[in-house]
Amino acid sequence: MALLDLKEVTMRFGGLTAVNSFNLNLEKGELVGLIGPNGAGKTTVFNIITGVYRPTAGKVYLADEDITGFRPDVITKRGIARTFQNIRLFGSLTVLDNVLVAQHLRLGASPLEAVLGLGRYWGQEAKMHERALELLAAVELEAVANEQATSLPYGQQRRLEIARALATEPKVLLLDEPAAGMNPAETVDLMDFIQRIRREFGLTILLIEHQMRVVMGICERIIVLDYGQTIAEGPPAVIQRDSKVITAYLGVSADA
Amino acid sequence: MDRNNNLLYTLIAVLVLAVVLAWAQTGLFGLVSPWNPYTVRIMNLCAINIGLGLALNLVNGFTGQFSLGHAGFMAVGAYTVALLVMSPAAKQMNFFMVPLVAPLDKIQVPFLVGIIMAGLLAALFGLLVGAPVLRLKGDYLAIATLGFAEIIRVVIVNVKGLTNGALGLKSIPGHTNLWWTAAYAALTVLLMVRLVNSSYGRALKAIREDEIAAEAMGINVFYHKMLAFVLAAFLAGVGGGLQASLIGSIDPAMYKLPLTFQILLMVVLGGMGSITGTVIAATIVTALMEILRFVESPLTLGAIHLPGIPGMRMVVFSLLLIVVTLFYNRGLMGDKEFSWDLLHSRRQTKQGVTQ
Amino acid sequence: MTLTEFLQHLANGISLGSLYALIAIGYTMVYGIIRLVNFAHGDLLMVATYMAFYGMLLFSLPWPLVFILAVILTTVMGVTIERVAYRPLRDAPRITVLISAIGVSFLLQNLGLVVFGGRSKAFYVPPFFATINHIGETAVPNLVWFIPLVTVALLMILMHLLYRTRIGMAMRAVARDLDTARLMAIDVDQVISFTFVVGSSLAAVGGLMWGLKFPQINPLMGAMPGLKCFIAAVIGGIGNISGAVAGGFVLGVGEILLVAFFPDLAGYRDAFAFVLLILTLLIRPTGLLGERVAEKV
Repeated sequence: MALLDLKEVTMRFGGLTAVNSFNLNLEKGELVGLIGPNGAGKTTVFNIITGVYRPTAGKVYLADEDITGFRPDVITKRGIARTFQNIRLFGSLTVLDNVLVAQHLRLGASPLEAVLGLGRYWGQEAKMHERALELLAAVELEAVANEQATSLPYGQQRRLEIARALATEPKVLLLDEPAAGMNPAETVDLMDFIQRIRREFGLTILLIEHQMRVVMGICERIIVLDYGQTIAEGPPAVIQRDSKVITAYLGVSADA
Repeated sequence: MDRNNNLLYTLIAVLVLAVVLAWAQTGLFGLVSPWNPYTVRIMNLCAINIGLGLALNLVNGFTGQFSLGHAGFMAVGAYTVALLVMSPAAKQMNFFMVPLVAPLDKIQVPFLVGIIMAGLLAALFGLLVGAPVLRLKGDYLAIATLGFAEIIRVVIVNVKGLTNGALGLKSIPGHTNLWWTAAYAALTVLLMVRLVNSSYGRALKAIREDEIAAEAMGINVFYHKMLAFVLAAFLAGVGGGLQASLIGSIDPAMYKLPLTFQILLMVVLGGMGSITGTVIAATIVTALMEILRFVESPLTLGAIHLPGIPGMRMVVFSLLLIVVTLFYNRGLMGDKEFSWDLLHSRRQTKQGVTQ
Repeated sequence: MTLTEFLQHLANGISLGSLYALIAIGYTMVYGIIRLVNFAHGDLLMVATYMAFYGMLLFSLPWPLVFILAVILTTVMGVTIERVAYRPLRDAPRITVLISAIGVSFLLQNLGLVVFGGRSKAFYVPPFFATINHIGETAVPNLVWFIPLVTVALLMILMHLLYRTRIGMAMRAVARDLDTARLMAIDVDQVISFTFVVGSSLAAVGGLMWGLKFPQINPLMGAMPGLKCFIAAVIGGIGNISGAVAGGFVLGVGEILLVAFFPDLAGYRDAFAFVLLILTLLIRPTGLLGERVAEKV
């Protein structure tokens, strides 16, 4: 049984078909790469899974539940978290607050309890803090917990975004170009980091990435999108030799 | 710094404030109030405006939803208090053109009940207005909230059997005193501090920073916007009610955009997203607004007679708003807050201790 | 209601509508280019009428000359407002600029109170505009057909400007994408200034005609027409000039016919625009003729 299942998903914007009859099967614990040239529809797939867009046709299932057309916050509560291609942190909040915000969805206490400071709320708030510090430790950001999020260097902002996504306690994590703008050393760190959090948090990961080194290095399976359609699917070794992929995408920089 | 120390400081500050207020309102230990009614009135207005400013800041500053509908909710609160608290005889005096609908013409409730009803009714309006408009963003939201406030006002002008129309209501019982206004201001400050620093407050700020990211983090954006909006409407209703009872007479023309503008001025001047800022700015703007009143009224100094210049105060304040927006758009406090630790660290730096 | 009465109302509605349309164009152009609800736009109406008022009173100049001077001076003022209060905030959040615009609007209104006094003044209506013609049994003052005529003429000039001149092309480019336009070596500041020239002069003409139509002028006279014309722009689809014109007519004709058919609702006339606004925003936020723009995630 697939954990995340996309069936014949199609997304049209006016006359433009961004995603066409796309299928995806994500088994529990898998790490799958989604690649393709710019404008191939990768981020659109993320936006459909997370409820930002409602697909024109097709269905999205999470653990056999049809979540098509659910609101983004409901989908996140069900266990899908994401990062953004162009980092979207809560800029003027502190690093710690960014992670705390992402735990708000699990807060049971009502606004009244929170304002009056009734018993249940304080227990939950304390637990959230504890958990946030753990997560920040896991991404090695505990030292900057009280800094403003936008004051962090780029690489740390990327890691904070991942920590924030983890704070929602996801089953499935969608990473949108986590290595963008990183230098080779940082990229190697990131690869280790992704594999580590996958083990530690028992995650299933879908990864959009342009740096072939990352995708080929850590993904078990790769799906190649072009013009909104899957043109190839398989383990890295097979994808690297696929002629269609090479023409569509790797042709220019097969050695990247 | 030590948490207990800070709590102690806060308690002392509150105590001192309470003593001052008691002194101002009723006199203390046989000492007559040193302040004349005019000064006490200004203090009342300051306290009311602190509450009104904080309510607007909750929506505009902390949640980042730019609303221009404050005056509408204040009007709802003001009319609710007036109609519930006035004596049947006073109502009859007011409604000489069109009689007041039953059973309102016979009802009279205690002030506290009236104030709470004012808040609740304004909150209900907040709910009804918020449900459609909070789906809008930015300047569209601003215009739509302004539109609703204007609709509320036009309805008040026209439903004469309920509101006495454009004539307004006069001789509203003056229950409002420093105890009421200070309690309103203090409770609002307390509520805001607790809310803003709670998990809900963080969610509101997250929505302000990036709505799409907030949604992706599992925050029900609409519910939280509504929470802030309805709470602000409640506080605006209470503030409007207190103000009506302080001033003694109300009419629909009072609740036009300039009223919202005044409150907005306090929020922007103080800093969108700072409780301390709004408290300070509301105090300063209210006091200035009253002190500068002389500019607008005719003045006779011996043989010299100066005519008043109506509008002069608002010229000053509009200029102030523009200048602040242009050169100092974070306002007095930005999104910073006062804390005792701030004072400590100042002192420490002065002593040459590095932080 | 007789047919004659109906035609009379319709004529009034069209006349009012074309006045709204003229003012709405300024809103929509400014919004289309810098995404700002220029709150001060309505107050330029007031500025123009007072300039004309004092021009005739103090200098006893002939009215056509006074009107032209009033338009020029108001335009200078509109452009100055942009320079001083909006341009420094070009990279600031949009709400900041909106606050600045609200500030300017209140400044103009209260400055008006200080300088001109709060009491309403009677605006001089040249006899030509007051002359009444009879078309069949319908009595129509010259002003009623003059206003739509002016609107149509100015609209034609504007369309020529936008679609047949270089500066017009630049304006359309900036409206579509300000940053890209800048990269294409378009002097964006100059284009924005020019937009304010066009918008302010239309507001000034609108103001003068407003003064002729409702010849009691006071410093707050621009506030309500300002809001209504912005609403007209939103109804038509903000950023779209034909939309602003359509919205102006819908609002003007709608208002007049509402009062004509339901005299009991006359008191709600000013709320009508806001109800229409809220309905538009909820049902069709892009207005009658606006384009749909999706937010990029």
